[in-house]
Amino acid sequence: MANLTSADWLILLIYFFFALSIGLTLKGTVKTSRDYLQAGRSLPAWICGLAFVSVSLGAQQLLGMGASGAQYGFRAIQFFSLGAIPGMLFAGLFLMPLYYGSNARTVPEFLGLRFGKSTRVVSACVLLATAVLSAGAALYAMARIFAALHVFDSLFYAHGLQPANIVPVTLLAAAALVLVYVLLGGLAAALYNQVLQFFVMAAALLPVVLLGLRGSGWSAIKSAAASAAERGPGHAGFGGFVLAALLGFVLSTSYWCTDFRVLQTAMAAKDAESARKAPLIAAAVWLLVPVLLVLPGPIALALPTPHTTEFVRSENGTIYHEIDVAPPADEAGQGAVPAVLDPATGKPLRAAGGTNLLDYTMATPNLLLHFLPGGLLGLGIAALLAGLMSGAAAAITAIHAVFTCDLYQPFIRRNASDGHYLAVARWTAVGAALLALGACGAALRFGWKLESLAMFCAVLSAPLLATVLLGMFWKRATAPGAFAGLAAGIATAGLPAVLGRFASGPRFSWVAWMSSGPARPVDVCLTILAALGLNFVVAFAVSLRTTAQPEAELAGLMHSLAPRPARAPSPWWKRPEALAAAILITAVAINLLFV
Amino acid sequence: MHLDLRVPIGMMFTMIGTILTAFGLGTRADSALYAKSLGIDANLCWGPVLLVFGIAMLVFGRRAQMRLEKGAAKK
Repeated sequence: MANLTSADWLILLIYFFFALSIGLTLKGTVKTSRDYLQAGRSLPAWICGLAFVSVSLGAQQLLGMGASGAQYGFRAIQFFSLGAIPGMLFAGLFLMPLYYGSNARTVPEFLGLRFGKSTRVVSACVLLATAVLSAGAALYAMARIFAALHVFDSLFYAHGLQPANIVPVTLLAAAALVLVYVLLGGLAAALYNQVLQFFVMAAALLPVVLLGLRGSGWSAIKSAAASAAERGPGHAGFGGFVLAALLGFVLSTSYWCTDFRVLQTAMAAKDAESARKAPLIAAAVWLLVPVLLVLPGPIALALPTPHTTEFVRSENGTIYHEIDVAPPADEAGQGAVPAVLDPATGKPLRAAGGTNLLDYTMATPNLLLHFLPGGLLGLGIAALLAGLMSGAAAAITAIHAVFTCDLYQPFIRRNASDGHYLAVARWTAVGAALLALGACGAALRFGWKLESLAMFCAVLSAPLLATVLLGMFWKRATAPGAFAGLAAGIATAGLPAVLGRFASGPRFSWVAWMSSGPARPVDVCLTILAALGLNFVVAFAVSLRTTAQPEAELAGLMHSLAPRPARAPSPWWKRPEALAAAILITAVAINLLFV
Repeated sequence: MHLDLRVPIGMMFTMIGTILTAFGLGTRADSALYAKSLGIDANLCWGPVLLVFGIAMLVFGRRAQMRLEKGAAKK
């Protein structure tokens, strides 16, 4: 248990003040629904690029990267770094010019322009479900962390409030803050805040990693990571290196290339050039992000495990016994990572290998508490809240844009005034926040497995990548073909989870990943590959049997038919392609440090 | 838009950096507080880093914003 000093509270208050003041300052610039939903398409590339990174560092990723670092060692760095960077570079170089150039407001709207209504509605619905559930899961993950850290306890006791209310009050306060600045300043306020949140997270995590490296020493951390890697898939060594990068690539590329929650940041750029640059800037920053966020995992493992100790000292003839009690979960854990206790017996649960099952998610937050003294601790808590808020804000802005542009405007009320759509967008934001809070409440109260549900939806949206690629690069792809392919892909992606409800058992591990607890990355990866493959095959077969769209209708929507900006040829080293290649080479070099 | 984001980021980190530096100076002798951070006064080490970052952001942001406002005034 840690008590916050007045310096900690002051830092937290300053952070909240600036988060709100950004919303208040931008309030004056929001006049139309375009200002509100697309930030007026006026932001410079660096803001969009840093927001692109920050959106992808929501609560689940902030905690999850450290957790995988503790669970799989340095393999997690390859998974999050080499797995993500190719997708980000591809999105920047090839997809952004079309998403941005088509003037579509959202990704489903772009698919609607290329493939018609049905594909647009299906992709919008999948995105809405994913965004609501994962926002709920992020709130739930943070609720668990704040319940375990006890940082706000003293405040509640001082005011005579029930300690059971700590978690709901913290979450409601964070959600309300996000909602207020989004309602005031729209997407621009969300993006500006995400940049701020990025700097807060970096400023809090850097000293933790530096102190951890100094405290345990590089060799101890390396050996802790190596012993963790042996538990993971593909083991240590170069085979595991390649496998981790490949798994990351399959699992994340669809997210970087089709998920509107990230792409909305680049689509708010002021011009096509900046929109194309934003994901490249994000990839350049991402070179260091997984290192910074995964390292806390192995560092937490390498710390000494706390034990209950007893001290005896005598003072003026009186003998004092001082007992330093370590909670049983901490004592049964490894380093600063506690064990998972069986709620019925209070004994630690056993993992498959006979070792204690560890609560890896606590690695990063426990490390913040372990190393940061009063003062910096306030910044650490602000960083945890910043992660929660950046992900939640991205979900809310994506939901209100997709609902307003892709469901309300075309199907519920056409040709209303712009002010009407602006109001609808704002009410949708309120509804989205309430839904996410409700989902989180259900998870806390009734034990809903929100993380599995959010994961399920993310897998359902993975086949969208095939539809986008077909739309942008294959002229012959037709609307019925794309829809049939997407339907087949989504059905394939959902099948293992649905079947798993009925046919669980070790023989069908591939089929049963939903019902048998946390999904193994390899199983999810196979599901996604099957769904993508079937989407391609079905779309291909159906497209060839239907009449092709005339080329005139595809102008600006396809790579080969996009207008090429006429400008003086720049030297090769100034082109975005050269930058992308340099980022990729640097990524491989950095990762080779962590074999 | 008349808000260069570097200005609020700079202001925030200047304030946080100042608080951490002052708090670190005030608690320099408090070895119980810094037992966590390996006996290093982490506030006094990291506060100035954030302060310098904040001031740099503020300077560059102010310069860009002045240029922006001048440009808008000419129009």
